[in-house]
Amino acid sequence: MLDAYLAVTILWGFVFIYAVMATMDFGAGFWSMFYINRKKTGATNIANRYLSPTWEVTNTFIVALVVAVYSLFPKGAYTLGTILLIPGSLILLLLAIRSAFLVFSNIVQEYRKPLTIISGISGIIIPGLLISVLPITHGNFVQITETKQTLDLAGLFTSPNEYAFFGFAITSTLFLSSLLLADYSKASAEYEAYRVYRRDALWIGPISLVMAFFIMFTLKTEDAWIYKKMIDDLPLLFLSLALFVLGGIGLFLPSPGISIKGRPRLSVIAITAQYLAASYVYGKAHLPYIVYPEVTIHDAFTDPNSFRAIFITYIVAFAILFPGFVYFWSLFMNDKRYLRQGKLSGSKK
Amino acid sequence: MSDLLIARSLFGTTMGFHIIFATIGVGLPFMMLMAELRYQKTKDIEYVVMAKRWTKAFGVLLGVGIPTGTIAGTQLSLLWPGFMEVIGKVMALPFQIEIYAFFIEALFMSIYVYAAERIAPWMRVASLTFVAIGALSSAVLITNVHAFEGTPTGFRIVNGKITDVDPWAAFFNPSFFVTAGHVALSAYMTGAFIVTTVSAYKMLKAETGSRIYRFHQKALMLSLVIGGIFSLLTALNGHESAQYLHKYQPEKLAAAEGLFETQSYAPLTIGGYTDRDTESVKWGIEVPWALSFLSGNRFDTVVKGLHEFPEEEWPPLFIHTLFNAMVGVGSLLILISFLGLFIRKFLNKDKFPMWLMWLYVVSGPLAVLGIEFGWIFACTGRQPWTIYRTLSTEDSVTTAANLGILFILFAIVYVILAVAVLFVLRYYFKKNTVMDDLNRAEQKGVPLFSSNS
Ligand code: HDD
Ligand code: HEM
Ligand code: HEM
Repeated sequence: MLDAYLAVTILWGFVFIYAVMATMDFGAGFWSMFYINRKKTGATNIANRYLSPTWEVTNTFIVALVVAVYSLFPKGAYTLGTILLIPGSLILLLLAIRSAFLVFSNIVQEYRKPLTIISGISGIIIPGLLISVLPITHGNFVQITETKQTLDLAGLFTSPNEYAFFGFAITSTLFLSSLLLADYSKASAEYEAYRVYRRDALWIGPISLVMAFFIMFTLKTEDAWIYKKMIDDLPLLFLSLALFVLGGIGLFLPSPGISIKGRPRLSVIAITAQYLAASYVYGKAHLPYIVYPEVTIHDAFTDPNSFRAIFITYIVAFAILFPGFVYFWSLFMNDKRYLRQGKLSGSKK
Repeated sequence: MSDLLIARSLFGTTMGFHIIFATIGVGLPFMMLMAELRYQKTKDIEYVVMAKRWTKAFGVLLGVGIPTGTIAGTQLSLLWPGFMEVIGKVMALPFQIEIYAFFIEALFMSIYVYAAERIAPWMRVASLTFVAIGALSSAVLITNVHAFEGTPTGFRIVNGKITDVDPWAAFFNPSFFVTAGHVALSAYMTGAFIVTTVSAYKMLKAETGSRIYRFHQKALMLSLVIGGIFSLLTALNGHESAQYLHKYQPEKLAAAEGLFETQSYAPLTIGGYTDRDTESVKWGIEVPWALSFLSGNRFDTVVKGLHEFPEEEWPPLFIHTLFNAMVGVGSLLILISFLGLFIRKFLNKDKFPMWLMWLYVVSGPLAVLGIEFGWIFACTGRQPWTIYRTLSTEDSVTTAANLGILFILFAIVYVILAVAVLFVLRYYFKKNTVMDDLNRAEQKGVPLFSSNS
């Protein structure tokens, strides 16, 4: 009983980490494309400098997520695997094109532009499809009988709720990534790029908030069960809103030492905390269902012996990998020589 | 085509495509490591240039290997939900641990490539070692799932329900070490022969004795030593794999050899194809008693023939041809690598005959073919089971219909990726020649690794 909750918390942890990392990854890919013609601002360089060393690590998280589903909740994996065949395959196809062309664009200078455009566009659609898994698990479009489990695709893509999620995924991807890149460019002393990303964050942020309200609004009519349970945690939802506002304020605070407006680091932390609060409320309301109302975490849970073995590997692996992640962070997020490489050698690449 | 057949074709295509990049992704870091170590020993800068150029190629191949691997891992759940439900309960450990191996590889690969100029030389070798360990472990672990499919242990099925799960017993299933060893050894061998292919081709095109020629000659010799060692080990271990089949999956061995009647003093049939109507191998060469000896190290070993098993459980008979092709590739590559080393070390000749050079040129693609034959043999030869005598392929497959369109879409994407990756490799190495890199390496203070990225 307790084990199942422990397992679902681990799973939720993976979803959350992947959501944040993927947001930054796909968003950075998009901005790298969007600003490709504006060499002067350095906005594209900043996006690439973040993206090049991190996309591979980010991608590993999606695999970790898939593996976590079938090793913790095998029966859930059976249902999810069956109903997600079409959307899952679409995601995989886009992901293949996106990752490959991202790598290629860094190697083939002459064709950089078309390659970046392909990877940028295929990348920005992925979050929308990924998040569609959530409305699917709400159960309205899933038919489960004794012998067959199917997804009603037409129903899904005529539902306002699906579009609310889709829109939210894309706008919040652009929002959080522009915040992160604003922070990254400030740390890299690329103030031109900083201004660009700060401005982007300022206008996309409110749109993503509107999309979030749109999700709640459509949930209320389409999936009242989860809406009701989310409203039970109203204080946390207000906290989430407050964190959003704090993130916005962060972009206007004066920063010590330099004449540039905004403390993007604060905003990034506030918005990440906001997502944490909001996704906690959502995740808690979703329980105990994996796919409503047929599959619950209790009847999908794996064999207890297997769970124990896996849980031990999580702990051991965390102890081993953590220093690796810290070292990685110190080399790419925190090393002035990497961040300011354009500045130090006196030329912009 | 039935949906089951499409699902099998789709998954087989995905794996067949992924494995090319995955195998080279295991073999090449090992070659890079060997070159770095050669450099630490000889201080010959040309080895650093080799490592750098292979790193570039590796980086490009990862651009396809990682997304196709992601497809493979996810497609297992999408196409074979029945199979993954069992695997999730019993055999999730290798997948789980594999993730950690992926992390190690991804973290240190980025560090090796994007921070090479900022870290100490020993750290560069250490990062590369981690990359090689990560790649090898992911191969070993994923192969372990495949080994489990052939020799399932660590659970019981009572009234259709899985009980008494012992995940570590499943992990250390009987054929784990032999099978994983075979995959690891053949991957190192393939990585080496890919280098052989490129170096031999470049030597043929370069002026004999020029600097470029000697550079590629050095790479060729390195790859022949490593390729020779690992092809020999692959064959020895392959022999043991066959003995495991004799013990654990006798109908697979019978089909691989085209043996219908159970017998002692069984002959080994090389080549030819198995004819179902006459129940014999046509056009093959029979080596008397050899199969018995290979299976049990004694001529009077009794080898089971296909008639021992119900016909609907026979593996497809064409695996005989696949098996022979794999063994043929292995034998040929052992021969030519040792021949080259012999000519060089004992006859002290600097130049190989033309025909041998051309054999070297095709050795890399041949090794990749060996990998493909081996896997198709092993997976198709397990039919009709996904988990031997426990779970049938029919019960594993998704209940969703209309898979045809997906098959077409995935096939198109693989073609696009294949064409693009070849184009990118060609473009990059045409633009950044060996001479460019050698010059850059000889100037102090000019970044080599992050250059021309
Ligand atoms: C370049 C690649 C290569 C080469 C030269 C060989 N193999 Fe191999 N073989 C593989 C690559 C491979 C593989 C792709 O790695 C397989 C597929 C599945 C597996 O576990 O390993 C395999 C499977 C495999 C199996 C089936 C295991 C099973 O189904 O469970 C046997 C019996 C052999 N091999 C035996 C041999 C022998 C006797 C060889 C003699 C030279 C040989 N292989 C060379
Ligand atoms: C990487 C190289 C591999 C290749 C080229 C390969 C090839 C194939 C092919 C051709 C099939 C279709 C077989 C048929 O239906 O006749 C297949 C099926 C399958 N393979 Fe493999 N395979 C590989 C590795 C693996 C591994 C490592 C696993 C274990 C995780 C695995 C598990 C399966 C499963 C579950 C099926 C589907 C059910 C079946 O047809 O038995 N394969 N593979
Ligand atoms: C023996 C056959 C195989 C070998 C040697 C092999 C090896 C590799 C290697 C070296 C990589 C690159 C890892 C990285 O750089 O992160 C990779 C990627 C991957 N492989 Fe395979 N693989 C094999 C078969 C499979 C199979 C059957 C699956 C499906 C279960 C699979 C799933 C994956 C996944 C999910 C990735 C991407 C990992 C990431 O996102 O970092 N592989 N594989």
